Amino acid sequence: MNYLADVRALARKDLLLELRARDTLPAMLLFVVSVFVVFHFSLPSSSSDLAANGLLWVAIVFTALLGLGRAFVPEREQRVFDGLVLAPSDRSAIWVAKSIATFTFLALAELLALPVFALFFHGVDGTTIAAVLLADVGICGVGTFVGAMAVVTRARDLLLPLLFLPLAIPILIGGVGASVVDAPGRYLAFLGLYDALFALVCWAAFEYVVTE
Amino acid sequence: MRRPGPATISAVGRRYRIPLPALAGASLALVTGALALVFFVVPNDANQGFSQRIFYFHVSIAFTAYACFAAGAWKALVHLWRRDPGADLESYVAIHQGVIFGVLVLVTGSIWAKISWGHWWLWSENQLVLFLVLFLFYAAYFMLRFSVDPGPQRANLCAVYALFGVVLVPVSFLAIRLSQKFIHPVVFTRHGANFGGWMLVAYFVSQAELSGKWLDARLRELRRAYA
Repeated sequence: MNYLADVRALARKDLLLELRARDTLPAMLLFVVSVFVVFHFSLPSSSSDLAANGLLWVAIVFTALLGLGRAFVPEREQRVFDGLVLAPSDRSAIWVAKSIATFTFLALAELLALPVFALFFHGVDGTTIAAVLLADVGICGVGTFVGAMAVVTRARDLLLPLLFLPLAIPILIGGVGASVVDAPGRYLAFLGLYDALFALVCWAAFEYVVTE
Repeated sequence: MRRPGPATISAVGRRYRIPLPALAGASLALVTGALALVFFVVPNDANQGFSQRIFYFHVSIAFTAYACFAAGAWKALVHLWRRDPGADLESYVAIHQGVIFGVLVLVTGSIWAKISWGHWWLWSENQLVLFLVLFLFYAAYFMLRFSVDPGPQRANLCAVYALFGVVLVPVSFLAIRLSQKFIHPVVFTRHGANFGGWMLVAYFVSQAELSGKWLDARLRELRRAYA
C-alpha cells in the first residue's frame, strides 16, 4: 500500500506540474499534427493505405520521444532527483510514477492524433487502437527508463533517441504488424510480451540508474 | 571512492592463468588450420560454389559476437550483483569486442548476400537485420559510456544498458521473425557443423587471446592508476 501511495504521490506531482505549466502536452499535440502534414506531402498519391499505417507508427514514436525528452527536465532543473533518491521509499516507484505520467501525456496526444490521422489518411480500426495502447505501455516504460539514464549524461537530449530507438524497433514491428495484417493476434501478443519483459527489467534495474 | 589496489589486480588476474604466449600460439595454429580446412579441404558447395565458403567465417563470427555480448551482460550482472572491482571494465571490453565482430558479421553477410542474391543488403535476411539492430544498440552503449564521467554511476548505467541487450536480442529476433517470412538459408543441416565447429573453436581462442592481451594492457594502466 505504501508503495502505491508513493507512486500515486509522484505521478500526481507530474500531472499537476503539467496542468499548471503546460510545458509538454501542447508541444506534443502540435508536433504530431505537423508530422502528419509533413507525411502527407512525403507520400506520393499513388501509395497505398498500408504505407500511411506505417507513418502513423513513426509519428507515435517520435511524438513519444518529444514527451520523453521533457520527462525528467523538472527533476534536473530543480534538483529534485537528490531528494527523491534520499526519500525513504522504493526507487522503482520513481520509474513507475514517471511512466504513468508519460503514458498519460502520450495517450492524450493520441486522443487527438488518431482522429486527425483518420481525417487526413484513412480510418483507424479497433485492432490498431489496441496495438497503440499496448505499444504506449512499452514506449513509456522503456523510454522513461532510458530518459532517466540520458538525463545524467553530458549529451542529454542528444542521447535519448540514440538509446531509445534501437529498443523501440520491436515495438514498431509489433505495432505495424498488428495494424496491417488480417490476423493480428500474434502481433498483439508480442507487444504484450515486450511490455511484460521490459517492465520487469526496468522495474528491477531502475534503482541502479539513480543511485551510485 | 578508491578501492584497495593490490587485491583488485590479483582478483582479476587470477582468472587469466593461461599464459598469453600459449594462447597466442594456440590461436595461430587453430586459425591457420581453420583457413586450410576452409580453402583446401572443404568441397565446393553444390548450389553456391566457392562463395559459400564465407559461411565458415560469417557464422563463426556471428556466434563469437553473441558470445561477447553475453559475456558483457554477464559481467554487467556481476558488477551490479557483487560489485566486483573490474567487472565493469571486463563488461566494456567484451561489448567492445562484440561490436567489432558485429561489424564483421554485417560486412561478411553483406558480401554473401551480394554474391548469392545479387544485393548488398536484404531486409529479408533476419540475422543480418538483427545484427544491424544490435549494432545500433551497442553503438549507443559507447555514446552512453563516453558521455558520463568515469565512476560508479557510469559503471551502473553501462551495466544496466548491457543487461537490456540480453532482453533485446531474443525480443528483436522474435520481432524480425514475425515481420517477414524466413528465407535465410539453413546451412547447418545441409553441411553438418564439423568445419564450422572448428572455425568456432579457432575464433573463440583467437578471441580469448585478443581480449586477454587487451585486458593485460588495461590492467597495467589500472595498476599505474592505483600506485
